[in-house]
Amino acid sequence: MVPLSWYLMVSAALFCLGIFGVLARRNAVAILMGTELMLNAANINLVAFWRHLRPDVMSGQVFTLMVFVVAAAEAAVGLALCIAIYSSRGTVVVEDMDLLKG
Amino acid sequence: MGISHVLFILFSVLILGGGVMVVTRRNLVQAAGALILTLFGVAGLYVLLEAGFLAAVQILIYIGAIAILIIFAVMLTRRLADEQEPGLNSQWAWALGTAVMALAILVIVIQGTWPLAGGVVGNAPPLTGDSTSRLGVALLSPEQYAFPFEVASVLLLSAMLGAIVIAREKRH
Repeated sequence: MVPLSWYLMVSAALFCLGIFGVLARRNAVAILMGTELMLNAANINLVAFWRHLRPDVMSGQVFTLMVFVVAAAEAAVGLALCIAIYSSRGTVVVEDMDLLKG
Repeated sequence: MGISHVLFILFSVLILGGGVMVVTRRNLVQAAGALILTLFGVAGLYVLLEAGFLAAVQILIYIGAIAILIIFAVMLTRRLADEQEPGLNSQWAWALGTAVMALAILVIVIQGTWPLAGGVVGNAPPLTGDSTSRLGVALLSPEQYAFPFEVASVLLLSAMLGAIVIAREKRH
């Protein structure tokens, strides 16, 4: 059995990769990929804590399933927004989406 | 060091190597392929954590649906000059600093409570019964998670409708 702290370290590293992706990428679809990385890091933590601390209660796995649902909804709506912006503005680079900038 | 440690290191290399490629690759199709590698590694970690149903759902939903949806979006929004443009914006150094600082804080916090030096063998309590069937019972029994389960289905329905309405071609 692998210790809990190993899982936490891997998920912390994955979460920070996601932060970097969200902050530094120019393409909106790439930013959505960064959020998927962060959601997966949170999921690893939820399942690792479930297995190592309270495997008798199913809350950890149920929470992970809820994160799946929210991630699927977020990906569907986010990518639909990307396609809508692309068809109206001709770009998905976030720096060019400056309609609200004064 | 048993077989599970070897598998853990293998899956971690998949996850972190794929993650680095996701955030640095200029070509978004390659980044989406690296994202699939990462998601596969996460499914492997679920198997190591004895959450078999979540591993199957991870492959079905994340790799089968979300990653393919992302690849579709990349194909539908590609610009011809995409390859010549930089993949990172002008504040990428600040973003790197933020990510490294967040990682340092997380590592310090994790080391404080669950130190890495605590040995290579984890002491997880034994798993009683089949976790998949227990998950099913927990999701559908009214005194546990039946209500969040139904709310999740409503959320998925509204997200589906919203995606259709947002992405629909405007015809006048």
